[in-house]
Amino acid sequence: MSEPPLILTARMHAHPETSHTIATFEATGGYTALRTALDMGREAIVEEVKAANLRGRGGAGFPAGVKWGFLAPARPAYLVVNGDESEPGTFKDRQLMERDPHQLVEGTIISSLANEVNHAFIYIRGEYPKPARRVQAAVDEAYSAGYLGTNILGSGYDLELTVHLGGGAYICGEETALLNSLEGRRGEPRLKPPFFPAVRGLYMAPTIVNNIETLCNIAWIINNGGNAYSAIGPEDSPGRRMCSISGHVNRPGNYEIVEGITWRELIYEVAGGIRDGNELKAWVPGGASAPWFVPGEHLDTEVTKAAIDSNGSMTGSGAVIVMDHTTDMVAAAERLVRFFAHESCGQCTPCREGTTWLDMILRRMLAGHGRATDPDVLYDVSDNISPGVTWPPKMTTICPLGPSAVSPVASLLKHFPEEVAAAVERGTQVPVSIGMRV
Amino acid sequence: MTDIAQWSQEAEALAEAVIAKYPQKRSALMPLLYIAVREDGYLTESGMRRVAALVDLEPAQVSSVATFYSMYKRQPVGKYLVSVCTSISCWLLGGDEVLEAVESAAGVPAGATDESGVVSPEHVECIGACGGAPAVQVNYELIEGLTPQKATELVEWLNAAQPETLNGDEMQALFGGQRSFDWAIHETDSATGPYPAFQPHGTVAPQGRS
Repeated sequence: MSEPPLILTARMHAHPETSHTIATFEATGGYTALRTALDMGREAIVEEVKAANLRGRGGAGFPAGVKWGFLAPARPAYLVVNGDESEPGTFKDRQLMERDPHQLVEGTIISSLANEVNHAFIYIRGEYPKPARRVQAAVDEAYSAGYLGTNILGSGYDLELTVHLGGGAYICGEETALLNSLEGRRGEPRLKPPFFPAVRGLYMAPTIVNNIETLCNIAWIINNGGNAYSAIGPEDSPGRRMCSISGHVNRPGNYEIVEGITWRELIYEVAGGIRDGNELKAWVPGGASAPWFVPGEHLDTEVTKAAIDSNGSMTGSGAVIVMDHTTDMVAAAERLVRFFAHESCGQCTPCREGTTWLDMILRRMLAGHGRATDPDVLYDVSDNISPGVTWPPKMTTICPLGPSAVSPVASLLKHFPEEVAAAVERGTQVPVSIGMRV
Repeated sequence: MTDIAQWSQEAEALAEAVIAKYPQKRSALMPLLYIAVREDGYLTESGMRRVAALVDLEPAQVSSVATFYSMYKRQPVGKYLVSVCTSISCWLLGGDEVLEAVESAAGVPAGATDESGVVSPEHVECIGACGGAPAVQVNYELIEGLTPQKATELVEWLNAAQPETLNGDEMQALFGGQRSFDWAIHETDSATGPYPAFQPHGTVAPQGRS
């Protein structure tokens, strides 16, 4: 089989200096899918996206077409595009927004049409003013060209598109927290049930929340057909997806991959191998929330959703963080836990207190004050956040942020018990108090 | 009822335009907070009262929202907010050392502002620049692939040159290294203060675009 075409990054590769402009976009087939979609009508668009088996690229991996099918009949309905990319290791949506914003805008318009939406929002994290400027410029161009606003291309379809900048909070990447934030509230997740966005979302109206990368596939699917998309890569998770690789590799960056290669190929060929010829020690396969993989068990397993799931981790946001043999794994776990402790919204006690205690215990161990009971205490706190410390995680919390902090701790205890023991053995004395700097 | 100070005519007009972009007023709260920050240099009590009046909320409700998010600074910050990422990927490649260099060059720890009010170092969690680690933002414009030495030079440059606008491409060329991905597209916009440079929700009139 020949190499499948690039879907997400084709234009930015071909036109590196002008891929963000409407002129280049239109000259390379841009907005033809919108014209087709306007003729197809709502149901036919949904059918194509279902046929594509396009999985959401934000983390949960739920099929986008099926998600659209859950939209309750009440109107108005809203589409909210999640550009709150904040999962450590992830920087793919930034590239898609900065370098091909019209691809996103076109996908957003088609998806709005498919869901009978007349007002859509693109929520972009506050630390991304540059991507937000690019997307806003593309939105402005699309309004001027008649792709947005009233009576789009004479079809009678109306759509307003608002670009919204966040205020600096990882939790707003969780869809119900994002909706609260977009309503001008604290970004605290809502209980599901009853607040499933497709039924009670933005302003309690039916709402679809899709990731940036997910919607960047839509125009290609309309142009080429859902079956052409689902024919690429593994049956269960087809198409191309962005993979952000960072850490101790020679060629970090975003790679548009087709699932099915092995981790060895991804790390040693695609990403150019480990820096300085060092040895691979561990990697995070799907963003900071994902349980770690280690070379002894996972290097020759496949990079597919099915294989990653069955090996006890997740594709997540597609972010791969690679660590070489010089890495102190207790410190790496602490660094990941620290993030979740900092970003906990504070609603649920197991998360608010648990992530903070996990972080404080790990910091104490790193400071040379480890105790023999620390491994058990780390496990016990983890168990309070996520009963049984299983994968996929059980939850005592409204959203998965708390259990996300358990992943690095459980991975540390499972794969690197000797490093935990060494940190305990280094312990010299018990401090009266421990400082926090979160 | 106490009088609520209005903003500049331009900011009031911008606020009105922002509110019009949402089906419900309250959704404009966060973009309005950025306008408040730009007006006063940081988020003041009077700024929050103005936002409350504009979206028909109580000031306490606005304060409750503002305090949830890390980017609405409720204390004065320097002319340049230097945000150093110390999350996992940056940490793996020396983010802590970059933070130490910035703190040392500024002469104050993260979270403080130097005596002359020029540089405010802070540590931040992941800013989505992991492929170009370690990364720093100055007034939310990104520089990737710094070394402690380059970070020191960055702070020295900010102190000496004190540019009125900050352009990401220029700073990347002066102080950066490895990037997350190539930036072949020339960056025409610049930041003019310690808040994200984004229209229309907030903050700065970009250069080179009407």
